[in-house]
Amino acid sequence: MKLTVQDLNSHYGPAHILFDIGFEVGEGEVVALLGRNGAGKSTTFRSIVGLVAQRTGRIMFEGKDVLARPTHEIVRDGLGYVPEERRIFTDLTVEENLEVGRQPKRPNAPYWTREKLFALFPNLGEMKNRPGGRMSGGEQQMLTIARTLMGNPSLVLLDEPSEGLSPKIVEQMVEAILTMKKEGVSIVVSEQNLHFARLISDRAYIIERGRICFGGTMAELDSRPDIRDAHLSL
Amino acid sequence: MAFYVVQFLTGLASAASLFLVASGLSIIFGVTRIVNFAHGAFYMIGAYIAFTLTERFSGAFGFWGGVVVAALAVALIGVLVEMVLLRRIYHAPELFQLLGTFGLTLMVEDLVVLIWGPDDLVGRRAPGFKGAVDFFGQNIPSYDLFLIVLGPVVLGILWLLFQRTRWGVLVRAATQDRDMVAALGVNQKWLFTSVFAVGVFLAALGGALQIPRDAVHHAMDLRIIVEVFVVVVIGGLGSIIGAFVAAVLVSELNAFGILIFPKISIILVFLVMAAVLIVRPWGLFGKPEAAARKTPGLTVNPWRPLTSNERLASLAALVIAAMLPLFAGNYALTVGSEIAIFVIFAVSLHFLMSVGGLASFGHAAYFGLGAYGVAFLAKMAGLPMIVCLLLGPLLGCMGAAVFGFFAVQLSGVYFAMLTLAFAQIVWSIAFQWVSVTGGDNGILSIWPEKWAASPSHFYWLALGVAALVTVALRIMVFSPFGYALRATRDSVLRSEAVGINAKRIQWTAFVIAGTTAGIGGALFAYLKGSVFPDNLGISLSVDALVMVLLGGVETVSGGVIGAIVYKALNIWLVSQTDLSKLVLGGFIVLIVVVFPKGIVGMLEMLAQRRRKSSPPGSPLIAKPIESAE
Repeated sequence: MKLTVQDLNSHYGPAHILFDIGFEVGEGEVVALLGRNGAGKSTTFRSIVGLVAQRTGRIMFEGKDVLARPTHEIVRDGLGYVPEERRIFTDLTVEENLEVGRQPKRPNAPYWTREKLFALFPNLGEMKNRPGGRMSGGEQQMLTIARTLMGNPSLVLLDEPSEGLSPKIVEQMVEAILTMKKEGVSIVVSEQNLHFARLISDRAYIIERGRICFGGTMAELDSRPDIRDAHLSL
Repeated sequence: MAFYVVQFLTGLASAASLFLVASGLSIIFGVTRIVNFAHGAFYMIGAYIAFTLTERFSGAFGFWGGVVVAALAVALIGVLVEMVLLRRIYHAPELFQLLGTFGLTLMVEDLVVLIWGPDDLVGRRAPGFKGAVDFFGQNIPSYDLFLIVLGPVVLGILWLLFQRTRWGVLVRAATQDRDMVAALGVNQKWLFTSVFAVGVFLAALGGALQIPRDAVHHAMDLRIIVEVFVVVVIGGLGSIIGAFVAAVLVSELNAFGILIFPKISIILVFLVMAAVLIVRPWGLFGKPEAAARKTPGLTVNPWRPLTSNERLASLAALVIAAMLPLFAGNYALTVGSEIAIFVIFAVSLHFLMSVGGLASFGHAAYFGLGAYGVAFLAKMAGLPMIVCLLLGPLLGCMGAAVFGFFAVQLSGVYFAMLTLAFAQIVWSIAFQWVSVTGGDNGILSIWPEKWAASPSHFYWLALGVAALVTVALRIMVFSPFGYALRATRDSVLRSEAVGINAKRIQWTAFVIAGTTAGIGGALFAYLKGSVFPDNLGISLSVDALVMVLLGGVETVSGGVIGAIVYKALNIWLVSQTDLSKLVLGGFIVLIVVVFPKGIVGMLEMLAQRRRKSSPPGSPLIAKPIESAE
């Protein structure tokens, strides 16, 4: 397994947010983490990369428990994180944003260069020197993914990549994620949009009120409309 | 005409050092969010070490080598400080970092006297720049010309460093979003350390380069730090170009202010700063900060009024304190009165800081205004003491009303800086308006009337007023006004969304705090029998901050304990040792590192622990609480 999460419990101050979260991601797999707003998707991701300090459980990444390690070390081991709020450095240009994400080549992960990323997201190549603050939401979303890929991760946590984007950009995003998968990047993508998730994912987990309440292939999920309606209905 | 040109060039030369120090402070603040009070201390150590090295090694190589080595050595000290002290307190509320670096400053002030002695040291002239250049009959030291060139050169180097290197890109990214930089695999610890080292290097270099121009002495840290704060605030915190422009502006104001407005030369700079802050609160070249996510406090202990047992205990403590005259001598009673007065002062600032979330760096202004109010009424109008005590604080009230109106338009560090500027303006008026205030000579012989003249009577008076004030402020905390004020503290936006007029509430709190401080000042004038500009000076403002933080800023009445401990310790240390600042500074640093919640905060936590036998995962230094998404 690429990533195994077991019994993950997280707290913000006195509030208990995640309860015994567990899921797995295989090598080269795209796994969707589905759930409504506030279900705990982002907190799950933030807990995995160490941005939530109060957490217990096991987070096995490539066979090693990374729970106790600081964020930057987890990321340097090849676990990339793309935050939901994008968090582009608005004062930095596209090129400089990519530079912040740059990490050395890794033996077991695809290697991304600026050129390769500009091929993946042609829009970015046309605005290399534009400050991040003067980009559209879709362009920022592309930049935040490209920035994480500059670290040559073997697995990426993608937090709601389709949120707030126009249908055309969403299409581009699907393409990009499939290309990443083809290159050999394992991906966990959190989504509210089942349609989007279906286009890219092999398997899915459903999270509700901080608990995992379903795990299976996309076909299995489609065969259980009751679950889908109970936890994801719009 | 030539004279004015020369004056202009002298201003430019002074700007060089100021820019070096200010840019260092700005860089450090940008990334670490620490307002490094010790920056002036690093500047001073740089000058001292450069002095020693340039005296020891002769020749041009000895001089320039000495200057650079001194700056590098101080940068190394900075690295140690960052790793040993600051790393432990990055997550503490930002004022704590200020307190920690202030403690460091105190220690350094004593250490340099210990090592280099108390006398002014006059350094060597710079080899190759010993002469002067003739400019239409006016002399310009050639070293000044060197400094004039150096400023822009350093600016250029810094620009290249930040724009053209990976380190620079990482630093700029971290200035905006530290956590995201870490989430991209960058080790923040080393980034912070290197930033701190660069900032300290610049400060020390600024100090080292001053030795051919100015004598090296042990008070140069406070003088520069105030000026640097002004520069950084005018230029915009975090902006290096801003630091450069503002350093030039401030230096030229100083150079020409003396010529054009000799009467108000000192306050000119602060007037400009106040004007800039009011028009562009984020400085000339700074960026308005996105409503920063507030660093949540260390505790989530909700405040509550005292239980009846605790009320009895407080009353008992007051009764015991009131019995002091039964067994203590006159000296002890005078000390007791002073402590009681400082309790009033600390409690007033504590109210503004803890309840209002407004950290004033110039609270002594209102304390001093109260004292001057009494002095004017007693000496000029010849009013009886009771009337003076009642009306004197009104001067503090008025000052707070005027300055507070402008100050509450800002928040955070900028609020702190504006209050500092106002306090400096008031100080300068007291210092320069000799015909009314007596200037540096102060106003003398303001003695209490017979009924309050004996030490024990005056002690009871001070103690009584202190108790009244503390109780009154506590009642206010748990009144509807107090709840509204706390709401504005926790979130201005949300409080306004529920219909609270945040600015007016904060303004009211500012006036209440200023008036209360004025009451303390009024008593202080009678205790000392005199009033001096120092009564509204910066060091007194800093004392108040220390007392509040020491007591615990997240407590309801921590200021009381903070004032008693700090003042008593201070007076005792001064009587016991020549190195009182060293000990006091060390004590403050220790408190900051070991008990970041202050004394009262710590006691509360211990009490709570005993009550429910320690919940899992509550170490003495609690982890910061992350803000939810």
